[in-house]
Amino acid sequence: MLAQISLHFPALQVVLPLIASPICMVLRRERAAWGVALVVSWASFLIAAHLLIQVLDEGVISYHMGGWPPPWGIEYRIDALNAFVLLLVSGIGALVITYAHKSVIAEISPDNRCRFYALFLLSLAGLLGVTITGDAFNVFVFLEIASLSTYVMVALGAGHDKRALSSSISYLIAGTIGATFFIIGVGLLYMATGTLNMMDLAARIADLGDSRTLRAAFAFIVVGIGLKLAIFPLHLWLPNAYTYAPSVVTSFVAATSTKVAVYVLMRFVFTVFGTRFEFQGLTLTYLFLPLALLGMFVPSIVAVFQENAKRMLAYSSIAQIGYMLLGISFATVAGLSAATIHLFNHGLMKGTLFMVLGAVAYRLRSTDIASMAGLASLMPWTMAAFVGGGLSLIGVPLTVGFISKWFLIQAALESGQWWIAALVVISSLIAAVYVWRVVEVAYLQPAPADSQATEAPLSMLIPIWVLVLANFYFGIHASLTTNMATRAAEMLLGAGT
Amino acid sequence: MTPHLVLRVVTKTLIHPIILFAFYVQFHGDFGPGGGFQAGILFAVAFILYGLIFGLDMLKKVISPRAVQVLMALGVLLYAGVGYATLWMGGAYLDYDVLVPNDTHNAGQHYGILAVELGVGITVAAVMIGLFYAFAGRNVEISDEDW
Repeated sequence: MLAQISLHFPALQVVLPLIASPICMVLRRERAAWGVALVVSWASFLIAAHLLIQVLDEGVISYHMGGWPPPWGIEYRIDALNAFVLLLVSGIGALVITYAHKSVIAEISPDNRCRFYALFLLSLAGLLGVTITGDAFNVFVFLEIASLSTYVMVALGAGHDKRALSSSISYLIAGTIGATFFIIGVGLLYMATGTLNMMDLAARIADLGDSRTLRAAFAFIVVGIGLKLAIFPLHLWLPNAYTYAPSVVTSFVAATSTKVAVYVLMRFVFTVFGTRFEFQGLTLTYLFLPLALLGMFVPSIVAVFQENAKRMLAYSSIAQIGYMLLGISFATVAGLSAATIHLFNHGLMKGTLFMVLGAVAYRLRSTDIASMAGLASLMPWTMAAFVGGGLSLIGVPLTVGFISKWFLIQAALESGQWWIAALVVISSLIAAVYVWRVVEVAYLQPAPADSQATEAPLSMLIPIWVLVLANFYFGIHASLTTNMATRAAEMLLGAGT
Repeated sequence: MTPHLVLRVVTKTLIHPIILFAFYVQFHGDFGPGGGFQAGILFAVAFILYGLIFGLDMLKKVISPRAVQVLMALGVLLYAGVGYATLWMGGAYLDYDVLVPNDTHNAGQHYGILAVELGVGITVAAVMIGLFYAFAGRNVEISDEDW
């Protein structure tokens, strides 16, 4: 029986959260809705783990939706790269939802709690769908499912701070422009090739060579995903959306949605267009590389001057996207595996840090750095988790952050650009500055005498610490992630040649 | 003498053909132009017209906001449920052929798309009425404290 069901795991990966979402919507008790979301998220995680093992053992899995074979029907295609991203997204989803219950009660108004779980599952289904599908148009559909539910989830922060509404609107505008650009690009590809299946597209684009239509398609797709991804000058929606969204939403979105966008970028630039597409090389060298370098520094420096810890980490996220873009811009196996490793690792560290801030907000009702004075003595486990995640963000040895930076520096040296390696190290030092600001306030300043804050509840602490330990586990047993990432990178570069 | 008598009488006579046309577009959608999305919009138009002329309170007596919410979810459940049914019957997700096995005319495709489109129609109609409730039901003035 299980073997029978496991044949359909690629479909169930997406449609399980998709069908659970309307069920949550109908339920009236938030505890029941939470229960449904919890079971479904963990089931998704187990499915993703099963798919990853299957891909590593048996190679690419192809699932034909509705029994229609590709390139006519929609194909779900799972290889080393997206199996890895599926595991990250569903894993973070499961941990965040485990942690969510108390935080949702504290931050979201009673009417909206069941709806929150419905939206969360919808967003999870969308992100998993974007990752799993092998169809360019299907990517757009799921991207919009994920984005639209995220806009609403950001707006749910309005129960706490009305500025969530305007942040949600500006996210909606930026995201919709991004999605529109993306679909224009896909439309141009369809015009040039007559197909939407990614593998079929790749084969046909390789035959077509260079043309103005393809260049326009490439430009539209890159800018469109760039908006979703918050590549440095297109990032303006991100800090407000992350700051004013409920803590649970920020933890989930920061750790997953930009990562999925990075995946889509890699998939289109390398698998679909392929390395023989000349325009791609120019874009990587003259557009991605400078933007990546600017992105590593400017938002990091802005982060240092933030008063609110959530906003600080939001700027830091934009800087981290710079690292992933840097890896992509090398277009070598080393560079792409560095980007893939950092994609996974950044999900782990930002998930940890935003969940810690959620626990802080749960006790203090604020995430201002100034209000966290002396918090280490009141919430020792929570703040210790912040230090753990912070060390990982800086890139201290034994953490995943170190592995990311190590591979990135190696990729830079391999392509003969030692000055980029130096810049990676310098920008990491800026991360140390802003992480230290929080640590200094929490550990070295005395707590206000009237502070009522106590340690965060166990239901929040356990998921946080699972992630902290994951930060160290994958930092010590780095071969697990690096082997997978190298395989994914070889696959990406192999497909185009 | 109620105000807008002409509008009220005309509206009452218009609602039936609108709903009938919505059903036509819905269930003829697999043979001709149309389908769940268009039919759902048309169906909702009948309710929104009623709400515009007779007022929000009367519309809420016809279909409560809670019912609208449940219908939104029900349509999606019907769509996804067809997919699960095909899985259960041994096909791929949304492989309608297994609904009527061993049929030379692929009747399964016909029934499958009919059920799925009905799901689309229900959700679209409910969402449109829900949007009307959301906009018509909001406070006209936002007090300073709300910001």
